[in-house]
Amino acid sequence: MPLRLLKYGLSRDYPVSGDIPATPDLKPAYDVVIIGGGGHGLSCAHHLAKYHGIKSVAVLEKGYLAGGNTARNTTTIRSNYITPEGIAFYKEGVELFERLSQELDFNVMFSQRGQLTLAHTEATMRSFHMRAEMGKHMGTRTEVVDQKGVEELCPLLNMDYGGPLEILGGLWHADGGTARHDAVAWGYAAQASRRGVEIHQRTEVQGFEVVGDRVQAVKTNRGRVACGQVLIATGGMNYDVALMAGVELPIRCYPLQAMVTQPLKPWLDTLVSSVSLHTYLVQSSRGEVVIGGGSDPYQLYSTRSTLDMKEHLAEGAVHLFPFLQGVRLLRQWAGITDMTPDYSPIMGASPLANLWLDCGWGTWGFKATPVAGKRMAQTITDGSVPDILKPFALERFETFRLLNEMGATAASH
Amino acid sequence: MKLLTCPMNGPRNIDEFQSFGPVRARPDPNATADKEWSRHLFRAENRKGVVVEWWRHVPSNYFFLAERDLVRNEIIRTFDASQLRDRA
Repeated sequence: MPLRLLKYGLSRDYPVSGDIPATPDLKPAYDVVIIGGGGHGLSCAHHLAKYHGIKSVAVLEKGYLAGGNTARNTTTIRSNYITPEGIAFYKEGVELFERLSQELDFNVMFSQRGQLTLAHTEATMRSFHMRAEMGKHMGTRTEVVDQKGVEELCPLLNMDYGGPLEILGGLWHADGGTARHDAVAWGYAAQASRRGVEIHQRTEVQGFEVVGDRVQAVKTNRGRVACGQVLIATGGMNYDVALMAGVELPIRCYPLQAMVTQPLKPWLDTLVSSVSLHTYLVQSSRGEVVIGGGSDPYQLYSTRSTLDMKEHLAEGAVHLFPFLQGVRLLRQWAGITDMTPDYSPIMGASPLANLWLDCGWGTWGFKATPVAGKRMAQTITDGSVPDILKPFALERFETFRLLNEMGATAASH
Repeated sequence: MKLLTCPMNGPRNIDEFQSFGPVRARPDPNATADKEWSRHLFRAENRKGVVVEWWRHVPSNYFFLAERDLVRNEIIRTFDASQLRDRA
């Protein structure tokens, strides 16, 4: 490796390697068809090819690679959830991120800088104690810190002593971090295509041929593809895609908006989040401050960002860090999130025997990219759901065994 | 600021309102199996198109209905709940 690096460094023309091959012709059949060329679908393709020896895999993407919610999320990686099932799953996700650059031989810029969630009320402090105890029990690094602890972790915060939004303490999650979202998708795509996975961009699924309880083929704008197994991993489109196969998911779509400021010198070295203000901030490696919050207050399929939400996020950010008041916004955007009633994802089997679901990722999907791909690949290969995924089954709604994940970002309202 | 025209209070900032989701037929509690109950509770309408929803004007605690286009983010009309009963 060092020799290769040296050679690259000394070469005159800095050869650029094309990581992702051009879209090939569609074959008539594949062992596995993955619908959705975002992080989750590509991660599953990688795991199928590398760990399960399944190479006849096609990833079908309506638009371009990782251009949906993979490109729109705010890249928070954490496992400080509240249900034991959720923590166990996301903990595995964080652990996979810790070694993802090595796994993919691609720098995903993982930065485990820790996440600080702030409490402005006693009620929030109580919920933090519960989350910290659950986290410790499950083996994650999550602890409650007092006002002094908050000041030490993030000295530039406006503590608002004596004010209406005084910071009473925080939940410090040392395992929390961030990574470059595009790099994660590109890394998986590069690895998967090197092992024979075909990535078909601009290939839209328009329907399913269902015979009995099996999907025989997937109909696309580029022709019919017969399939052994099918995975739906289409983010905000999950409801519509599953409905084409006759599967009605308990999902409602809400936009989630975020924005970034102009680049600033590095000043924020943790992820900071406030439950009461519905605002969180992280400084990217380019220096831009990424600001996000909860999802929109009513159902929509529109990805236009709104002035209301920008004002709301700016208000929260300026309250926490008043010196941001003169800083300009560079960009804002919105993605469509597929929200479930209990703020937990839907993974595993569907009513059809060979149709698998990796859905309901709402506002919490990016952090699960490696682990969802890994576990869904295992599920598709074995045809049985591993224990870690069982609590997330679609049947939980029919049996009223919901997994109420109040540690999710959007669950705070 | 987005405006929503409340049938009782007139055009107001949409921040004053709360959405309660699409209108659904209430199942008969005596003749509904668990499966249909779960459907009723968890599988709300999520069509890409026009929906009729319950909304509430929070300061006056007035519930009414709004017809909205979810793709264009437009409020088509708002009306009092009595009109829903008359229509049914």
